[in-house]
Amino acid sequence: MAADGHWLTFLVLMLPFAGAAVAPFLVRSFGHNAAWLLALIPAFMFYHFTGFLSSVANGETVAAGYSWIPSLGVDFSWYIDGLSLTFALLITGIGALIVLYSGGYLKGHPHLGRFFSFILMFMGAMQGLVLADGFLTLFVFWELTSITSFLLIGFDHVREASRRAALQALIVTGLGGLSLLAGLLLIWNMTGLGSMSALLEAEGALREAPLYLAALLLVLGGAFTKSAQFPFHFWLPNAMEAPTPVSAYLHSATMVKAGVYLVMRLNPVMGDTVAWETILPVFGGTTLIVGTLLAVRQTDLKLMLAYTTVSSLGLLIMLTGFGSEKAAEAAVLYLVAHSMFKGALFMVAGGIDHETGTRDITKLGGIGRAMPITFAAAVLAAISMGGLPPFFGFLAKEEIYAGLWQGSGWSGLITLVAIVGNALMFAVGFAVALKPFTGPKVETPKHAHEGPILLWLGPLVLGLGGLLTALASPLSHRFISNPMASAVVGEPVEISISVVPHVGLPLLLSVMTIALGITAYLALARGREIMAGTLRTIGWGPDLGFDQAIGGTVRISSTVTRVVQSGRLDYYMTATFIALALALFVPMILFGELPALPDFPSLRFYEWTVLAIAFIGLGAVLHARDRLTAIVSLGIQGFAVALLFMLLGAPDLSFTQFMVETLSVVILALVMTRLRLSPTDHRPTGEKAGDIAIAAVCGATLGLMLLRVTQIPFDDTLSAFFAENSRAIAHGRNIVNVIIVDFRGLDTLGEIAVVMIAGLAILALVRIRAGKPADARKGGG
Amino acid sequence: MRTLIFRTIAPYLTSLMVLFSIFVLLRGHNEPGGGFIGGLIAASAFAIYGIACGVSPVRRALYFHPMAISGCGLLVSALSGLVSIFEEMPFLTGQWGVIEVLGVPVDISTVLFFDIGVYLVVVGSITSVALALEEREHA
Repeated sequence: MAADGHWLTFLVLMLPFAGAAVAPFLVRSFGHNAAWLLALIPAFMFYHFTGFLSSVANGETVAAGYSWIPSLGVDFSWYIDGLSLTFALLITGIGALIVLYSGGYLKGHPHLGRFFSFILMFMGAMQGLVLADGFLTLFVFWELTSITSFLLIGFDHVREASRRAALQALIVTGLGGLSLLAGLLLIWNMTGLGSMSALLEAEGALREAPLYLAALLLVLGGAFTKSAQFPFHFWLPNAMEAPTPVSAYLHSATMVKAGVYLVMRLNPVMGDTVAWETILPVFGGTTLIVGTLLAVRQTDLKLMLAYTTVSSLGLLIMLTGFGSEKAAEAAVLYLVAHSMFKGALFMVAGGIDHETGTRDITKLGGIGRAMPITFAAAVLAAISMGGLPPFFGFLAKEEIYAGLWQGSGWSGLITLVAIVGNALMFAVGFAVALKPFTGPKVETPKHAHEGPILLWLGPLVLGLGGLLTALASPLSHRFISNPMASAVVGEPVEISISVVPHVGLPLLLSVMTIALGITAYLALARGREIMAGTLRTIGWGPDLGFDQAIGGTVRISSTVTRVVQSGRLDYYMTATFIALALALFVPMILFGELPALPDFPSLRFYEWTVLAIAFIGLGAVLHARDRLTAIVSLGIQGFAVALLFMLLGAPDLSFTQFMVETLSVVILALVMTRLRLSPTDHRPTGEKAGDIAIAAVCGATLGLMLLRVTQIPFDDTLSAFFAENSRAIAHGRNIVNVIIVDFRGLDTLGEIAVVMIAGLAILALVRIRAGKPADARKGGG
Repeated sequence: MRTLIFRTIAPYLTSLMVLFSIFVLLRGHNEPGGGFIGGLIAASAFAIYGIACGVSPVRRALYFHPMAISGCGLLVSALSGLVSIFEEMPFLTGQWGVIEVLGVPVDISTVLFFDIGVYLVVVGSITSVALALEEREHA
């Protein structure tokens, strides 16, 4: 299915991974200035995707790929339409700025090369996620973003908080990923369609499928964890342990939007149902309100932004699930606006931290004069975040209110939620952008001054981006918003909103929001105290719940381990043999499969002799006074059996049996001396009787089963096949060996791997110094 | 165990057994034998040598750590399975070729290398366990 022109897109998909491979070497040669070179990678990718703009604007889509696992019908495929193209442009465009910013932010860091590697790998994963068409392609990239996010959050791995945050993010999003996989497979199973493009074509197929609700819940499990919806939001603020470029890129502009992307992608095929239009607005709205309230509580610039990101994600989910066309358009506009202003604000926060040495908003003030460019970028971003004209955020907010308000009670409630959420975000956004820069100068750990170009270029470009896209709204609508909104809605739509305010209800609601926002801004310190008090009163949150869940799991597993693994060898052996006896004996009785009594065997004289030797060996085992004699006597019995094999025409088996017997005797004898067991058996009579019973039952049932097996008519299909083919196909006359090394070679490969691992394990056990020889003696029984 | 007779004979016995184990390994494809049995024979040879003369002479004679030998064996087996991929056949499909040794045509195959890998894994793992146990005995 690969057309000729698509190899370049494939190359672009793989390019960041190649970049990740060379990044450490470039850093070794060029230091932090390698950022300029590495930024060329996303820049080129961005350029490649701009090439699709005009054709996608005309309603065309591109679906291409390569066969990946043909036997399962799995393709590595991608799908470019308005939605994925906009995401790809955001990821690569902001990605280029982030790479530059990282160069400035982590200048001189000993692991800068590793950092660039991780961030480029993430970029590749995220890009693959949004462009993926095949379900498995999507899933692989989805998980890859979780893994790279884990690496990036835990980048500063010497700090425990980092490690905890990284693990938490991985567990939450990883569980969500499994849920998503289950959902996708369910969809695949129900509809027979394994790719997004096919699903989008067969529009109604999924909605009418019998297990629609199950599939929806599973997919949302993936989307909500990834996009930090309440009550899974807690990992996102904790992920702020990552270096700021990571927070700006992964945890505001791109990765956390993967869930939103998924919901938007599935809106045409899963939306427009009661479940969809209830679950999404309820969870999204709750997340919006909870996120903003928690943001008010924070004093750390990054945490304030993190919680507003949570609420923005809630807003996006709420809008996408609301069900009206205009709400979907609003989601599109807000997503683009948010990626720009939130990315910029994060970078500003990082810049402040880098230059002053603190991110605590109560310890900052009056640095605007010292950092004018950063200040400008912050204000530009905050205006867009607050939804003031003439910025892109304004367009988004007008559209939100136009889309939500429909005059009914439900829409009124949702609109109210949106107003409160937006107003609080307005307050927090301006708090981040104004408080540190204005007012009287406060002493900071480092003397504040403007950072290098690498640090302010990114936020400034994104801040200006919010202005320019709004001023040139006909153009940005034509190439970005319209195609993307059309993909989300599922049919061509036209967005007309521009920076010129239209008098009407949306504008009124906007004014209300701004008024409320200014009030909240002025009362922020008071609000913070109230929120802190409330949270103290509640005293429990999902974050703590996560710790309790993990702690509980550890406790349960250690309890189970203590019960199952008592550490006493005799218990293990007894349990194993009782289980064996039951497994063999019970079914035989239940299904009436006991063997018939065999005829008295007519054996030759020497066969009788060998049997007699075996019995003598057994008798010697039972009568042996000390253990060494018992072990050697067991060997006698083994050799006798080996002889029988030889006489009955199984030389390979007999050969092996001889060697195994020899080695068992040698190793058992060695083990015995090693464990310093007492030479004789000291078991009390009761225990002895129990062991005898178990041994007798085991032996008897095994014997019965063998008898029964030989009484069933012999099916020689396999023997005939091997006899016929071992020479013809595998060039060998020894059937046993040919089966081992050729016909069933994979089994053998597995078995020798097990042999080796068992060897390693035994070696490790033997090497452990026997700490308490007394215990070892007692434990040996 | 360190009787004079045993100690004198052990090196010869061990060499003979190792030689025999290789013979068993190579004939395995057509006659009774093969890597697994060969490996067991060689492992018991080294165990005998260890019992007779102590562990360190065995370790010196083996030169590599037995576990490393085992690991190599696993690698050889896995790699021999990969050869078929170049012929666009599934993993572990046996590939056959003929080479001339002193004018005699000898069939050679990836299966043989697979079997050699099995042999090495068995020798290495069991020898390392046996030697470790013997070592503790004298420690």
